[in-house]
Amino acid sequence: MTTMIQEPAVPEPMSSAAAAKRVGAGLLDPKMLLTSLPDAARKLDPRVMARNPVMFVVEIGAVFSTVTAFSSSSTFSWSVVVWLWLTVLFANLAEAVAEGRGKAQAATLRKAKTETTAHRLIATDTLSGETEEIMASQLTLGDRVIVVAGQVIPGDGDVIEGVASVDESAITGESAPVIRESGGDRSSVTGGTRVLSDRIVVQITAKPGESFIDRMIALVEGASRQKTPNEIALNILLASLTIVFVAATATLQPFAVFSGDEQSIVVLVALLVCLIPTTIGALLSAIGIAGMDRLVQHNVLAMSGRAVEAAGDVNTLLLDKTGTITLGNRQASAFVPAPGVEIDRLADAAQLSSLADETPEGRSIVVLAKSAYGLRERGEGEIARARFVPFTAQTRMSGIDVDGRQIRKGAAAAVMAWVRENGGHPTEDVGAAVDAISASGGTPLVVAEVVEGVAHTLGVVHLKDVVKDGIRERFAEMRRMGIRTVMITGDNPLTAKAIAEEAGVDDFLAEATPEDKIALIKKEQEGGRLVAMTGDGTNDAPALAQADVGVAMNSGTSAAKEAGNMVDLDSNPTKLIEIVEIGKQLLITRGALTTFSIANDVAKYFAIIPAMFAGVYPGLDKLNIMKLHSPESAILSAVIFNALIIIGLIPLALRGVRYTPSSAGSMLRRNLLIYGVGGIVSPFIGIKLLDLVISQIPGIR
Amino acid sequence: MSDTTAGLLQAGALIAALALCWRPLGDYMARVVTSEKDLRVERGIYRVIGVDSKSDQRWSVYAASVVAFAFVGVVVLYVIQRVQAHLPLSLGFKGVDPALAFNTAASFVTNTNWQAYSGESTMGHVAQMAGLAVQNFISAAVGIAVAVALIRGFVRSRSDRLGNFWVDTIRIIIRVLLPLSVLAAIALILMGAIQNFSTGTDVTTLLGHHQTITGGPVASQEAIKELGTNGGGFYNANSAHPFENPTALSNWFENFLLLLIPVALTRTFGTMVGDRRQGIALVSVMAALWGTLVVAVTTFEVHHHGTALQAAGAAMEGKETRFGEWASALFAVSTTGTSTGAVNSFHSSFTGLGGGALILNMGLGEISPGGVGSGIYGILVLAIMTVFVAGLMVGRTPEYLHKKITGREIKLVSLYILTMPVIVLVGTGIAMSFATPRASMLNAGPHGLSEVLYSFMSATNNNGSAFAGLSANTPFYNVALGIAMLLGRILPMLFVLGLAGSLGQQQKIPKTPGTLPTHGPLFIGMLIGVAVIVAGLTFFPVLALGPLAEGL
Repeated sequence: MTTMIQEPAVPEPMSSAAAAKRVGAGLLDPKMLLTSLPDAARKLDPRVMARNPVMFVVEIGAVFSTVTAFSSSSTFSWSVVVWLWLTVLFANLAEAVAEGRGKAQAATLRKAKTETTAHRLIATDTLSGETEEIMASQLTLGDRVIVVAGQVIPGDGDVIEGVASVDESAITGESAPVIRESGGDRSSVTGGTRVLSDRIVVQITAKPGESFIDRMIALVEGASRQKTPNEIALNILLASLTIVFVAATATLQPFAVFSGDEQSIVVLVALLVCLIPTTIGALLSAIGIAGMDRLVQHNVLAMSGRAVEAAGDVNTLLLDKTGTITLGNRQASAFVPAPGVEIDRLADAAQLSSLADETPEGRSIVVLAKSAYGLRERGEGEIARARFVPFTAQTRMSGIDVDGRQIRKGAAAAVMAWVRENGGHPTEDVGAAVDAISASGGTPLVVAEVVEGVAHTLGVVHLKDVVKDGIRERFAEMRRMGIRTVMITGDNPLTAKAIAEEAGVDDFLAEATPEDKIALIKKEQEGGRLVAMTGDGTNDAPALAQADVGVAMNSGTSAAKEAGNMVDLDSNPTKLIEIVEIGKQLLITRGALTTFSIANDVAKYFAIIPAMFAGVYPGLDKLNIMKLHSPESAILSAVIFNALIIIGLIPLALRGVRYTPSSAGSMLRRNLLIYGVGGIVSPFIGIKLLDLVISQIPGIR
Repeated sequence: MSDTTAGLLQAGALIAALALCWRPLGDYMARVVTSEKDLRVERGIYRVIGVDSKSDQRWSVYAASVVAFAFVGVVVLYVIQRVQAHLPLSLGFKGVDPALAFNTAASFVTNTNWQAYSGESTMGHVAQMAGLAVQNFISAAVGIAVAVALIRGFVRSRSDRLGNFWVDTIRIIIRVLLPLSVLAAIALILMGAIQNFSTGTDVTTLLGHHQTITGGPVASQEAIKELGTNGGGFYNANSAHPFENPTALSNWFENFLLLLIPVALTRTFGTMVGDRRQGIALVSVMAALWGTLVVAVTTFEVHHHGTALQAAGAAMEGKETRFGEWASALFAVSTTGTSTGAVNSFHSSFTGLGGGALILNMGLGEISPGGVGSGIYGILVLAIMTVFVAGLMVGRTPEYLHKKITGREIKLVSLYILTMPVIVLVGTGIAMSFATPRASMLNAGPHGLSEVLYSFMSATNNNGSAFAGLSANTPFYNVALGIAMLLGRILPMLFVLGLAGSLGQQQKIPKTPGTLPTHGPLFIGMLIGVAVIVAGLTFFPVLALGPLAEGL
């Protein structure tokens, strides 16, 4: 029977807030556009631009048209040249703004990385305590250091001796200190965090320069950013479209010459730049950086962009029951009195005996008695001549001795044994109730008293797992997105089934051992499914490594963090759901802007082609359906629209396309309508409006 | 019966006949390429050419077989033409010029059947039958084999084998193309097409001139010409010639034949991948493109507004009176949409916009419904591209038919999509830049540009129809178009087989509610949009200077 395992509650600062916030966040501060300008200008370097084929073509075109504008100077050609350069600059600006947001975070992290000194143990024997003082940067793998209250932990490692409270706010942003202790799943510490109390011995597990903080800085700065598989594929597609349009534009000149209407380089470059997918080409890297940034804002560190994309593809989520699906601990849900006992009397006794029980289960009994039976919680000092018996893991009971009454409450076996010692017959009174509660998946706690040497069993408290608010709806959403949820629990199958049904998961794995988990993951993967899971213990490490997306809790062991490809700084297992959503949102934003970019071309053709050739073939003026003022204003309007749309879409690229979980079909319909149809229509309007303005400018015919 | 009623009836009957044959023929072809058993005659052939019919090839071996076979085909055909004077039944024709022989060899091996020569005055019976007619079967079978290999890439899981090229090709010839063309030839003979081994009949015309009328095995070549979407006519006038295509009925039947296999292959595809809705989706896209273009071209032809045309009462220049505007437009769209290239009217004489629509139809990449085999693999490549963009928009790594579309697949798809437009545009660009190729144009101005554009579009897409008006039998065009045909055929096939290999090695992934459905109207619409927008954006500028400048 599982009862009363003394364990500090898992801190859950984010769970409800994050669930309410959903994916989103990350608005654009207009000031950032200005401050990022120098960075954007620096990126004009062709060596940097060459990494982005689409924008590189624009830059080359801008160079060419600048040269020709010198030889045949006009207001028109210089206006086009300026806007071509602005197009390149705007693309760089998008990337610079995205990177700029990470830089601010990196600066904060760097402060935590200020050079510290370490007290390294000379002998491997930790007890001797002889230390030498060295620079933290000189620490190597396997070194052992002593850190005492007030000191900064010099490097990533595991606590091998002692227990301490640690302030990890430098990394997690969470000000409440956390407990780190040797052994178990809470042994890892991060360099740059501060010990607040006690003394610990830490064994260093990271090489200098490769510590958690180093990786995090690199990550938020985008320095180590590598293109993700889908991004690479999209880049290939964009590059090939660019080649097609280069061919279409370059071969247009001989046709134009044949038609007796040779075109200037400036006009041809303008046409090319309008056709190649500059919108998505300009925003692609900003979308990727912003996606990683959104994860960081959710306090999740992904070790690679690949993992973030994989998160969007996940088919199966393995979720630990405790902390993810249910609240961390079981809670009292009902009092079941023994025959002949008033329920109020049971509630009163249960509350009295739980006053000294600081475990979450004990607190929940006090709360239930108060909320259901109006029994005010009494402080320890309020009851005269009372002696409180605190809960211990050995006795598995808590209680109170007052006025000659001894009241005890605790694990059914322990309390029933105590009753028998005092001559009572607990099985007759509550045996059936205890069995029924166990069978339903709950935990029975027995309440009994001894008055004047006579033992009475008063009844049973029904403890049960409380499924988190709203989790059922989240799972229903997951199902609509095509994601299967599997609950992992150490409970027996009966208990597991009851909770699985209440939470609405698709499947459960009961009495799960680490081997069972790996076997389940492998089975899913053999069917071609991608699996995501969370874990914190060392025995989770193999499963975390096997899973396609393994999210390690920051509170977990360094083995777990090493094995996973993401770390959740809040140690909140529910976060997995947000991670999946962020992964999807990243892909959706890319797809939507690609569609938008290509759809834009239709209107640009209708602006530019009649402008180029209506002079020689008047019939082509019928294609000028926007009734643009003149050829020059038409071409300039298209170029300016093309440049401005980049700036206009930077906020969307950074924020990501709105994402609401729904089926693939309805999501496609919505996005196709907004970004496909919208992408065809909006430039017609935009170009027409720009034309109305431009036609007023003197010097433009 | 008015022209409109007759036209609508013909189109309606065409769709009904195709719908009727779609299922049995499609399923039959699926059985042919998936069957474990060899026919006795096939076993004999395998023994002669030394092929183990049970051995499966990797994509690279399959591709190497395709290339080697094409190379041998070009060489053999080239030699036959060069030494034709020494062959029996040469009808007294001399050996063909090197450039023309290369062009013709490339043309027939690539299923293009562009004819820079005039059939009845250049080729003897051996060249026509042992050379050209044989390639009519082989090139068609190769196209289907490559398509089948791609479908196997979707069907198979974690396999680097795509089937056996030789087995696929031979089975398709023996079990599909031969029986169907025998039936079709008999039907055509019944409808009045000629079939003989005449060495020419001398007649005296009404004006007293002497004329030699060439006869020959016309009906048999006509059958495979349409069935295999080849298009190489026995006579220069092709299906406008009364010996090839005598009546309105034979015209309708030929139109049916050229659409038959490309359309039925969508069923083969659906059956092989185990989800027939996928085949229906693809055939819907093809039908929508074909139907729209039929309506457009018919409208342009019937509601012409040229003064001369209105004075004449109909845009009948270059059209046969026994077919009329409706059947000519219907045939023109079918032939340009199937990479057949048979013509029953002169596309050059179509109205500016009508001719432009025919060029655009080829510019779609031959998917409406495309050539035998090339149509289905062409539209599958576009479907993958569509799935990629659509898949991103639903937030998953895009997947099509249980296979992930990753960078590798997109690279091959991009190369495929890139190849045709680049060859067409660069080829046309080169031709328009030099005086000699420009001198071949019959017309100045936009119509001249359309003539040259049409020739490169037709050659690269392995269509083979000519716009007429362009004197294409010059060294420049023979060589340039020959290269365009070879590159336009072989390169896409290599990319398709690479794609098949890449897909086949992938593990199949399960379908979930998060998987983008690729059979619904939404996807069909998006695929149509992608096909039109990609082709439209690529060719809009040059079309503007050619047909649009002429027609608007």
